[in-house]
Amino acid sequence: MALNVDIVAPDRVLWEGEASFISAPSVEGSIGLLPGHEPILSVLGAGTVMVRQLGGEERKVEISGGFISFDHDTVTIVTEPVQAA
Amino acid sequence: MAGQQRVYKARIRSTQSLKKIFRAMELIAASRIGKARDRVAAAAPYSSAITRAISAVATHSDVEHALTSERQDTNRVAMLVITADRGMAGAYSANAIREAERLRERLAKEGKEVVQFAAGRRAVSYYSFRKRELAGKWMGDSDSPSHKVAGEIAETLLNAFLAKAEDGGVAELHVVYTHFKSMVSQEPRVIRMLPLEIVEGVADATDDVEPLYDFEPGAEEVLDALLPRYIESRIYSCLLQAAASELANRQSAMNTAVSNAEDIVRNYTRLANSARQAEITQEISEIVSGADALANAS
Repeated sequence: MALNVDIVAPDRVLWEGEASFISAPSVEGSIGLLPGHEPILSVLGAGTVMVRQLGGEERKVEISGGFISFDHDTVTIVTEPVQAA
Repeated sequence: MAGQQRVYKARIRSTQSLKKIFRAMELIAASRIGKARDRVAAAAPYSSAITRAISAVATHSDVEHALTSERQDTNRVAMLVITADRGMAGAYSANAIREAERLRERLAKEGKEVVQFAAGRRAVSYYSFRKRELAGKWMGDSDSPSHKVAGEIAETLLNAFLAKAEDGGVAELHVVYTHFKSMVSQEPRVIRMLPLEIVEGVADATDDVEPLYDFEPGAEEVLDALLPRYIESRIYSCLLQAAASELANRQSAMNTAVSNAEDIVRNYTRLANSARQAEITQEISEIVSGADALANAS
């Protein structure tokens, strides 16, 4: 099982691909998502989104806010425009 | 007679230099339009992600939000017109403004008072020439709008919508922009942006079990964060569509201008040729009749 991840900014797609784990800075603290998590829609604060790709490689994206939606192992992170780290 | 020829030559030269300018503008528009269309495409994933998320909230919770409810306390409505900054795009701006005027009449018939916002120098000058008050104006980058400007516009309009009636709040927001259907067809469109109509159930309803969504911190806060972003992305996409339409219009207008210039050059060349020919004919007949007179005199 893998997560389908899309990280989108208003004017472009920042990253898309498959991942085994993802963590994001929700406004109430960090949340981590593994495949099979229950559907969630959460507001994100400023911080770092960490994506662990299938090979174990980690990828970090700085965001300044946005939200994350998770449904049937499809993760969409909508964020403000920022530099990909 | 020689004067006539000189006039034609001067017109031909000036038309030729105009033609060069038209050609250059056509090429610039053509090269930018690809970029503009790419930007329209690049903005699509963001807005579809937001739309999905909003419909998920609407489907799985029943919260009322200020941005989705009709306001009855004021009869003022806001209208945003998106046009070009520069002309040389055929009837592009004129069409958008005409559509806006039609909408204005319709709203006035319904007893609503229009608060006008304008994006693009053409619309701004149209309204200021007619001494109509503008509640907000944005100019400067109509052919490559940035997300920042869309954010500013969205913020201003949202503030107007959320403001109290006595502070100049508005009950509705209409946007007039030019939809980019294809390279050869663009049409002015009117959309009612606010209050929002949320379409439920875009998220797949075919599942046997309704997925129970978890909202963090809560459904209301999620909507609070989502809806302004949604408006912003809608406005951004209107701006991008309008930019692509503007460039397509400019390209075809300049193309027509180039061929018109060619026609004029061809016409004047003919006239100049016949003027030259007439002059030569006259000179010959003068010489011949002069020689004839001399021969007869001797």
